[in-house]
Amino acid sequence: MMPSDSAVQFDSSGRLRHFLTINGLPRETLTGILDTAESFMSFGQREIRKVPLLRGRTVVNLFFEASTRTRTTFEIAAKRLSADVINLNAARMSTSKGETILDTVRTLEAMHTDMFVVRDSASGAAHLIASHLPSHVRVINAGDGRHAHPTQAMLDMFTIRREKGGFDGLCVAIVGDVLHSRVARSQIHALSTLGVAEVRVIGPRTLIPTEIESMGVKVFADMAEGLSGADVVMMLRLQRERMEGQLVPSEQEYFSRYGLTEEKLRHAASDAIVMHPGPINRGLEIASSVADGERSVILSQVTNGIAVRMSIMATLMGGADGGEETG
Amino acid sequence: MTNPILLAPILDQMAADIQALDLERPLMIGIHTGGAWVAEELHRRLELPSPLGTLDISFYRDDFSRVGLNPSVRSSTLPESVDDRAVILVDDVLYTGRTLRAALNEIFSWGRPAVVRLAVALDRPGRELPIQADVVGQRVELTPERQAKIARGEDGALRFDILTRERRGGSA
Amino acid sequence: MKTLIRGGHVVDPANGLDGLADIAIENDRIVFTGAAPDDFQPDQEIDATGRLVLPGLVDLCVRLREPGEEQKATIASETEAAAAGGITRVVCPPDTSPLIDTPAMANMIRQRADACGFARVHPLGALTAGLAGERLTDMAMLAGAGCVGVSNGLRAVDNTLVMRRAMQYASTYDIPVFLTPQDPWLMGNGVIHEGEISTRLGLPAIPEAAETVGVARDLALIETSGARAHMANLSCGRSVAMVSEGRQHGLPVSASVAIHHLLLSERDIGAFDTRYKVIPPLRTERDRDALIAGVRDGVIGVICSDHQPHGADAKLAPFSEAAAGISGIETLLPLTLSLVDRGALPRLAAIAALTINPARIIGVDAGHLSPGAIADLCIVNPSHRWQFTPEKMHSRGRNSPFLGVELGARVERTLRAGQTVFELSG
Repeated sequence: MMPSDSAVQFDSSGRLRHFLTINGLPRETLTGILDTAESFMSFGQREIRKVPLLRGRTVVNLFFEASTRTRTTFEIAAKRLSADVINLNAARMSTSKGETILDTVRTLEAMHTDMFVVRDSASGAAHLIASHLPSHVRVINAGDGRHAHPTQAMLDMFTIRREKGGFDGLCVAIVGDVLHSRVARSQIHALSTLGVAEVRVIGPRTLIPTEIESMGVKVFADMAEGLSGADVVMMLRLQRERMEGQLVPSEQEYFSRYGLTEEKLRHAASDAIVMHPGPINRGLEIASSVADGERSVILSQVTNGIAVRMSIMATLMGGADGGEETG
Repeated sequence: MTNPILLAPILDQMAADIQALDLERPLMIGIHTGGAWVAEELHRRLELPSPLGTLDISFYRDDFSRVGLNPSVRSSTLPESVDDRAVILVDDVLYTGRTLRAALNEIFSWGRPAVVRLAVALDRPGRELPIQADVVGQRVELTPERQAKIARGEDGALRFDILTRERRGGSA
Repeated sequence: MKTLIRGGHVVDPANGLDGLADIAIENDRIVFTGAAPDDFQPDQEIDATGRLVLPGLVDLCVRLREPGEEQKATIASETEAAAAGGITRVVCPPDTSPLIDTPAMANMIRQRADACGFARVHPLGALTAGLAGERLTDMAMLAGAGCVGVSNGLRAVDNTLVMRRAMQYASTYDIPVFLTPQDPWLMGNGVIHEGEISTRLGLPAIPEAAETVGVARDLALIETSGARAHMANLSCGRSVAMVSEGRQHGLPVSASVAIHHLLLSERDIGAFDTRYKVIPPLRTERDRDALIAGVRDGVIGVICSDHQPHGADAKLAPFSEAAAGISGIETLLPLTLSLVDRGALPRLAAIAALTINPARIIGVDAGHLSPGAIADLCIVNPSHRWQFTPEKMHSRGRNSPFLGVELGARVERTLRAGQTVFELSG
């Protein structure tokens, strides 16, 4: 049995309190979040797109690492739930000098924050915060270092379920810089929990972390082999600063081996969908014709992100005051 | 356990009472789950031209922060716009009034109806909000520890079972 | 002043003694070990019935934090904690601030420790100036000021030529060279063993090769320079095999391991538990077992605490930014005895690894109970079950993953040169 980084997510009565990692969450929890997100999907069509679930609650988007995209979808999600939202793009000292990450969080908590949405460049930052806050405060991990990005993985699962109708028997290929990818780690946990048939990771050995097989995936170095028969192709973002001879010799060589082109995509199943967490590096990890092509569901991922994040926020805040139901 | 209340006779009378309201371009909406069952029956009896809508008011409940989301929450389906329509809102039991308050909020998130009328199969004492029905199938005197729970028999016929609550609460 | 320690079970590996014996002390020296002669008239008697009587422990790696980080700990606080752990001599690495790279600094630290009167401190001198890995220090003068060896602390000397010359120079004066074998490039900014756990937690990792490459390089340099070398705090099973092979070829190399590497593994890190962050990192359970076997086989002659006290905030940070190290000086003996209790280590080998073996490496006449030896010893209750809690710690650093753990042995009294410097109250 692997030691789990999941336990801190639950309160003493087993209710989901924080959303930090998908590792260790039961399948019913994930399916419940997807089902609730499905109900929120219709809200885009309404005259008033808000529901009052988080009315009077304060959500702080605490981003120690800049990301306009992710922060914006969290902001929209919280506002559609009628929460008051505060955005903080905070720089922090990475050493023990000056105000620590916990000082910042405790200060904000003292101002009656109900939920923190946290992004940080250090793996485990959201765990650290969650384990040092009073029990009524919720924490959502919006990406911590290379560790986890569970809401992104959930919106990917939501997109897959909508496109493929379910997870049974699916073969999913994750392509690119798995080593530095928090998205990939969360996707792998989510896919195995939801019961797909096979998860593959494809990339050069410099971008595949050691012993990744222990997470239940198969490793491929060759795209043709790895994509063969895949129902879902999940591309990862490759940061340009990691090119230039550090982990990959050059952009040209990387694109020639691992860039997703229409030609390479032909190895996948004929109805395979193509996903990408964004932002896309066109011509580096994916060809424009594929990113904009009919197999691409990249824009749906963005749309789905709001409903999924609403669902996660509502799931965590529900029952926050305890007590029983009245008619 | 008291004898169940059968709905079939009640429904005919309700349909007639709704007819008597003489609504222009009516749009019927049932509240998930029991209200939607009652609404289905009424919709068929009235032969309304607009398709039936259903409302899941889970996202509008005022006890969310105490009990959380209903795990089986469904999407609301309103096949036609509610703008300037005469909405007939249907529920199985009218008790505290809180469900109806949530339903009204949700309807207004979809648009602005011309008029909203309320039809309920069972009306029982215990109101906590100033809400009353325009059409009532049957009034019943129930003490707070008793609960009227709608059920569908094997023959498809609807009935109310009168139960004693095991714990405080329930979703009336 | 004459003291008789009566009825204890004496374990003195240097003399192969593991049985009931009395120990007589006159002033600061042991006068005999065995049955008490009739004409010895003690001024005080210590009843050690049911107790273990051991030579005072010699801990090869203790950070005192003074000078430079007195907010974390001081020579006074940590040498007192050492005494509470049955330790009477500690070796401190040169990476204080300022560094121990001058005879004056070495003298100052020794004198401060002597003034405190608890455990003695034997400093290591800096191997290179400023630990920068470029220029040699005045090693002979440092040795003359009481440095028992030279070391570059945790800073790798990445220039192999500098390392070779440093070893050659140290060997001229037979000064032991303390090494922390590591390849700085493979270490990178790693904070955890590279493997399944680092992959799951997404933390920058330190591969096994970061240590084994260092061991291989340093063994080659030891062979050509003839330096007497000590490889400190090994963490990998592969390293043990390499050191073993070197010793079989007659290389003058010894090795030590930190007690936590014999008890813990990467799995203990769980959900980013920073209490388990140490450098070198906790490795696999297989490595842990290989290290234990290394101690059992005598390849690893020394178990140390690698004591690193920190303030409360140091561990309250994301894992990669939290301070590394464990405040381990008070758990060294009870945890080592726990390995004996569960049959992982023979008692004589375990006690030798805490006493005579480290004393020999630093060339100090200590760690044994022969007549004529300085009367440094400790008396231990081997069946006292107690919970290790912050309140019971003497060290300023409360950063121990063993807090809350029930320990099976407890030091009741420590004598330094015949004087009681620690006695368990209550």
